[in-house]
Amino acid sequence: MAPFWRYLIAGIGLVAVVLGVLAVVYMTAPSTPPAAAPETGQTRGSEKGMFVATFVPQDGTAKQNELQDWVLTLKTAAGKPVENATIEVSGGMPQHAHGLPTSPKMTDYLGDGRYRISGVKFSMSGWWQLKLGISAPTGSDTVVFNIVL
Amino acid sequence: MRRFPAQFQEKCVTVFRSELRKNKSLERFRVSVKNGNAPGIALILLLAVLVAGCERPQFSEAEKRTIASLALNALPPLKPDTTNRYADDPGAAALGATLFFDFTLSRNGTVACSTCHQIGQQFQDGLPQGVGVARTNRRTQPLAGVAYSPWLFWDGRRDSLWAQALVPLENPLEQAGNRTAYARYVKARFGERYERIFGPLPDFSNVPANAGPLGSATEQSAWNGMSGAQHDDINRVFANIGKALAAFQRSINPKEARFDRFAAVLAAGGEPQDDAVFSPEEIQGLKLFIGKASCSTCHNGPLFTDHAFHNTGVPPVADLPPDRGRVDAVAQVDADPFNCLGAYRDGGPEACGELKFMVRDKPELIRAYKTPSLRAVAGRPPYMHAGQFGSLEEVVAHYAKAPSSVEGVSEVHPLRLSERERAALVAFLKTLSP
Ligand code: HEC
Ligand code: HEC
Ligand SMILES: [Cu+2]
Repeated sequence: MAPFWRYLIAGIGLVAVVLGVLAVVYMTAPSTPPAAAPETGQTRGSEKGMFVATFVPQDGTAKQNELQDWVLTLKTAAGKPVENATIEVSGGMPQHAHGLPTSPKMTDYLGDGRYRISGVKFSMSGWWQLKLGISAPTGSDTVVFNIVL
Repeated sequence: MRRFPAQFQEKCVTVFRSELRKNKSLERFRVSVKNGNAPGIALILLLAVLVAGCERPQFSEAEKRTIASLALNALPPLKPDTTNRYADDPGAAALGATLFFDFTLSRNGTVACSTCHQIGQQFQDGLPQGVGVARTNRRTQPLAGVAYSPWLFWDGRRDSLWAQALVPLENPLEQAGNRTAYARYVKARFGERYERIFGPLPDFSNVPANAGPLGSATEQSAWNGMSGAQHDDINRVFANIGKALAAFQRSINPKEARFDRFAAVLAAGGEPQDDAVFSPEEIQGLKLFIGKASCSTCHNGPLFTDHAFHNTGVPPVADLPPDRGRVDAVAQVDADPFNCLGAYRDGGPEACGELKFMVRDKPELIRAYKTPSLRAVAGRPPYMHAGQFGSLEEVVAHYAKAPSSVEGVSEVHPLRLSERERAALVAFLKTLSP
């Protein structure tokens, strides 16, 4: 017949083990979202600092597996609209070995430094990158947008 | 901190329970219980409750969202096809159904669409390569949900369901017929039904019995001897045959699978009943599919496909002609007179975005094939674009090994999967059947 204090000590021991395990579980839990989250701002400076670009879906939200029109607004660093630019679109998923499922193109100049980019499609969820090569009369530069679906 | 309970529940099965097994003081308890001590029993019961709490399968919020996105009830209604004015015309669909099963629509009167797309077999044939008038070079694709696909064929060399249907009719390995013969047959056999749907048929009395731009040398020269107006008359009837077949195929929908019943209950927060209960192995497979094995990056949405093209390193079949997949399909769809930008489309060109913005010249198109739907996949071996793998086990082994592609670069990377994990993935794939 074991005395009651032995259960008490064993009980305390067990509680300690449980707490220890909980601590380990919590501390080793993966941090979500996985990997460093990319910068997903809709307004970004171009690489050489020539332009400030804003890139948004025409109907407000980026959708998966649908062809969408996006609108690119280009301004100079001084805030003036950029006119007569041509835009080349490329990109893909940096974490997967593939590019874009479509080849989006600039289809319209909407005035005020705004350009319509048509044929944008994201075929899976995750981190996408769109690289816009901008050639304007004042010079050429590239701006990269991260889009996470 | 809000993520904490879910993480705990996920991890405790693996960490906590093995820890308890190792715990020596627990062993000592077991002895004491036999002595009938109430506090000991109480403590053990408490622990039992804790451990049992771990055992219930649980999904993180992110996993639940992904699972809900794969369920059949997430499938949106089919969008109208403005390029085919008859797409949702019941009369056209009925005529299409008749034509789909009509063996006369072939050179020798023995092959119909249904020869390869068999109604009791998910509209495929279970062969590594489909066989019509002769053996083709690709596996017959199942047709459930096919109307959701912007690109048709394994390599997407057609851009609409109606333009696709015209290819087997003239392919020398499939139905092997020719355009004027088909137009004349439809007029003779189904003239009235046709005219009720599509309007008056032209006069074919001066049109050769056998002529077409893709047929034998004599058929081609007969075709070249016809006037432009005759070409257009015949092409229009031919396109309408495709439009009727497309209208019929729009009604071929995927069936609810066990997975869908499980997902519906999970989304509603209830407790699965009967065959909607998933075994621990199936749950493990589901978690792998949407997690570590990243199958659901490509096999996403309620049809388990992104409708896009990928090189997954599937090896070619030795005795078949070279097959480079999507990269060779681009020029073919651009050149197709029945494509969305051609003269036989109904509606406006705004429906042609996929063709207009198609990727035309990327190295990743080499040996890229359309991601197939995985619905009811267990019921239709063999797998891949030329039936390369005989079982789901072989498919999973391929993904685990991820061999490099004979040409181009495979997008899939080797997976470290234990035997149990491979079996779990297969078990999960089987839940995608009714
Ligand atoms: C000889 C067998 C055979 C016959 C006959 C046949 N098919 Fe097919 N079908 C195939 C094969 C093989 C493929 C894949 C071919 C490829 O990718 O090159 C296919 C692909 C398709 C697809 C594309 C599915 C997808 O997901 O992209 C559709 C739709 C289709 N067939 C419908 C038809 C129709 C309609 C007919 C009759 C006019 C028909 N088939 C006749 C064997 C056949
Ligand atoms: C990079 C995109 C991609 C990923 C990731 C991917 N698949 Fe696939 N899957 C495909 C493509 C593309 C095919 C057709 C390849 C071919 O025929 O050459 C395919 C074919 C299959 C098939 C054969 C279906 C049929 O009807 O022939 C099965 C089963 C399958 N995949 C299961 C899986 C599983 C399980 C995983 C995760 C381990 C996975 N896939 C990951 C793109 C992908
Ligand atoms: Cu990707």
